[in-house]
Amino acid sequence: MKVKSPLEIYKYLPKTNCAECGYDTCMSFAANIIDRKTKPGDCPPLTRDEFRENLEKLNELTAPEIREITIGSGDRAVKIGGDDVLFRHDLTFFNPTALAYDVWDTMSSDELENRLSAIKDYRKFYVGEFINLDMVAVRCVSGDPEKFRETVKKASETGLPLILISFNSEILKAGLEEVSEQRPLIYGANENNWRKVAELALDFNVPVVIHSKDLDTLQSLAVTFSEMGINDIVLDPGTEPIGKGLQDTFRRVIQLRRSAIEGENKKVAYPIMVVPMTAWLVGKDKLSTTYWETIIASVFIVKYADIMILHSLEPYEVMPLAILKTNIYTDPRKPVSVEAGLREIGKPDENSPVFITTNFALTYYTVESDLTSAGINCYLLVIDTEGLGVEVSVAGSKLTANVINEAIEKEGVKDRINHNSIVLPGLAARLQGELEMVSGMKVLVGPVDSGRIPGWLEENWPPS
Amino acid sequence: MGDESKDSTTVEDLIEFLKKLAVKELHNVSIEGDIEIEIDSQQMPALELFRAIGYELGMAGYHLMNASKMLGYPVEVFFQPVGEKGVMVEEKKEIIAELIREKFEETKVEYPGVIEEVTLGATKADGGSRGEVVKLGGERSLPFYLFDAEMPHAPKVTIDIFDMPITLAKSVRDHYQDVMEDPGEWAKKAVKEFNADMVTIHLISTDPLLKDTPASEAVKAVEEVLQAVKVPVVIGGSGNPEKDPEVLEKAAEVAEGERCLIASASLNMDWERIANAAKEYGHVILSWTQMDINNQKTLNRYLLNRVKFPRDSLIMDPTTAALGYGLDYAYTNMERIRLSGLKGDKDLAFPMSSGTTNAWGAREAWMKESPIEGDTSWGPREYRGPIWEIITGLTLALAGGDLFMMMHPGAVAVFKEITSTLFGEREGHVDKIEDWITLEVEE
Ligand code: B12
Ligand code: SF4
Repeated sequence: MKVKSPLEIYKYLPKTNCAECGYDTCMSFAANIIDRKTKPGDCPPLTRDEFRENLEKLNELTAPEIREITIGSGDRAVKIGGDDVLFRHDLTFFNPTALAYDVWDTMSSDELENRLSAIKDYRKFYVGEFINLDMVAVRCVSGDPEKFRETVKKASETGLPLILISFNSEILKAGLEEVSEQRPLIYGANENNWRKVAELALDFNVPVVIHSKDLDTLQSLAVTFSEMGINDIVLDPGTEPIGKGLQDTFRRVIQLRRSAIEGENKKVAYPIMVVPMTAWLVGKDKLSTTYWETIIASVFIVKYADIMILHSLEPYEVMPLAILKTNIYTDPRKPVSVEAGLREIGKPDENSPVFITTNFALTYYTVESDLTSAGINCYLLVIDTEGLGVEVSVAGSKLTANVINEAIEKEGVKDRINHNSIVLPGLAARLQGELEMVSGMKVLVGPVDSGRIPGWLEENWPPS
Repeated sequence: MGDESKDSTTVEDLIEFLKKLAVKELHNVSIEGDIEIEIDSQQMPALELFRAIGYELGMAGYHLMNASKMLGYPVEVFFQPVGEKGVMVEEKKEIIAELIREKFEETKVEYPGVIEEVTLGATKADGGSRGEVVKLGGERSLPFYLFDAEMPHAPKVTIDIFDMPITLAKSVRDHYQDVMEDPGEWAKKAVKEFNADMVTIHLISTDPLLKDTPASEAVKAVEEVLQAVKVPVVIGGSGNPEKDPEVLEKAAEVAEGERCLIASASLNMDWERIANAAKEYGHVILSWTQMDINNQKTLNRYLLNRVKFPRDSLIMDPTTAALGYGLDYAYTNMERIRLSGLKGDKDLAFPMSSGTTNAWGAREAWMKESPIEGDTSWGPREYRGPIWEIITGLTLALAGGDLFMMMHPGAVAVFKEITSTLFGEREGHVDKIEDWITLEVEE
């Protein structure tokens, strides 16, 4: 973003403090633009004709350093790029690395179907929501445009955004004719085929990957494309899976991003693609290759890849990568807490247990979904620990016997149950004695991990 | 990998795999179908132990150690790339005829600061008995940014060992069971078989809640380890803030001259006593804080200014949280510390250590299956666990970590492979990388 101070934005706003944007004042709206929490188009008056020039100016001034590109359409469209900083603590990273999993056009139809549903249906619950896989990458192996077209068609039925992959423009065209309204990303243009691929990008109005291991060539392609009016560009500097080649890949990716953000080199200010599946070019067996693909992907999730193409759907690869990208792209400015209070899980009655936990989002959602999944009817008393987890808040004296007792009183917990007992998290065991004293309740200590509550209940419930 | 809910499938695959690699140690490995572990939540000591050293070590280690060998060379090129077939397309007006030739300018970032170089271990010449020393630090750039400045030392791994047999999951014993009664043998195994650069002896038996071993007796384990291996040694206490100062003081004394890393001085205990002992007997101190850059600065200052600890003898542990359980905090905290050091904050310009074994605390690393309805199967945990440890370590290596406390042999092997690759130590190129496009992957 070119501007650094709210004042520079404020001067282009209507200055009426009408609050239609949801902020009290234009100044506050401006400050939130700087924080990338809202954008100029969200001020309704600005979108009216009289302010059109101001809006355009503001859009230009506040555009992210790295171009933001949308791939796909509808619910599961994916945005990539849009970053402004090299280090997440300087603001946050936007648009988590999009993970695309490959299929190819010489797979048997059974294999293809299974793979597509595995990609589409993948779910991992994490901090209150399910993480899904983002895209399908369709590779042309056959060299036959018709085969490719068929495979692309099947892949598009998943509703996931697609990447169409071939260096042959005839083949890409066959795929595009099938799915161009769904705005797939096409891969790719290189030094040899760029004219024809550029033409496709223009004709079908789709984003395009340009590829070269040589950064001079890559920048040349980017500038040439931009000159032709193609701006939804993704840079693939080539992924070498091993040795000095991998270290060199690391250099290229970092140089590209650094040049764009710190060097203000707009010519390469586009999202970056990395292809960890090149591990399969060298790996000899499934397990070690899967591990190595995971490792390459991890390096570049941490360092600047906006989109990547992967092969292995083994859960021991998919799950850590899905979580790693979520972690690295978590907004460090966001409070990670949920509302405190008494929740009912299932249909609790006066015989049901009461569990205590904290209002750190990761903690709360983990515990809540463990209880729900196990079909346990109970109360969950969520304590306000200012968004800290159990052990942290015990250590930091945010979760104390008194704090818990206040919540028990406030929520009228004792009136809802007939057993006068309450269950502490295992990691808060040390509060047991004091909590019994101040609350007059029987205090049980649950397991360390809430995933083990079901087994624990079998042995400890009802309380003797 | 077949049906993940059936352990037998997994185990068969594993055996198949091990066969392929002709792993010699196969006869030492007993593969068990179900390796579920139970933790008694009422028993705090055991619980603390699990938290300290991880819940369970999987089976994957033996063959993963061979990953590097397999990855060392490219396969033949099987497929011809699909080229342009010379299709003539009528040129459109917007299409430019010639590529606009550009030159990409690489940038070089130079920082004013340099991270202190710290040597662990002392050879005979320096008054110790180590066969080799380990050097950490000396960086002038972000990790692996070889294009900015030379990175003097690759990240190093120290494997955790303990001064008493501890409640470990079955599969941990598969790696360490024959040596758990004997810290010396344990240390040897970590170095000889699992390729550890260093070992960390944790004197956990001194914990009043465990055996409450007196300091004078506990330190015998330190002597044994120093005799057994020639690598530099880290000495840890039990984490008990009352007992640790006394234990670490005594340990520093018996290890005099060996230049061990004393782990650790922390704000919640008598750091001054620990640091004074470390200094007096010529050791390096580990300055440990809980994910707070300001606390880290404060403690370092105390150590430097009050204890007058030499600058070349301090390492920081800013705390490690596992992937999915606060890794974002740990990453950013370390990255900020490293950047501050490079930008010239001398109070923070020291090598960093990571307790990567913490990764085993993440339920995804050890639990048999997801307790959450709707999750796609988590798959065999013997593969998940090591990868959790590797990614936790690798992410922090990218943030600036220099020393990694780890446990799973397979995780150690792969971690070393990737960090030495990024460090530029591994040869290897693949010329036709575009071949992934037309690859028919065989599984
Ligand atoms: C991330 C983290 C932080 C983050 C906290 C972020 C947050 N929003 O919570 C930050 C950086 C802020 C932090 C700060 C501190 N931290 Co801290 N932190 C951690 C870390 C790395 C992970 C904790 C975590 O998030 N776990 C994941 C969550 C989901 O776990 P959880 O809340 O415990 O929930 C699980 C269980 O408790 C259980 N459960 C939950 N509810 C219930 C309910 C029932 C009924 C049952 C049965 C079970 C159950 O199931 C859940 C899922 O498994 C741990 C070390 C580690 N690796 O564990 C240290 C750790 C917890 N921190 C520690 C300390 C000391 C601190 C500080 C006091 C440091 C300081 N001196 O300033 C501060 C305190 C902050 C404050 N101002 O009060 C210590 C605590 C030591 C101790 N045992 O007393 C730890 C263990 C590190 C260490 N080894 O020293 N920390
Ligand atoms: S909607 Fe626009 S004019 Fe109204 S307060 Fe917000 S920024 Fe100001």
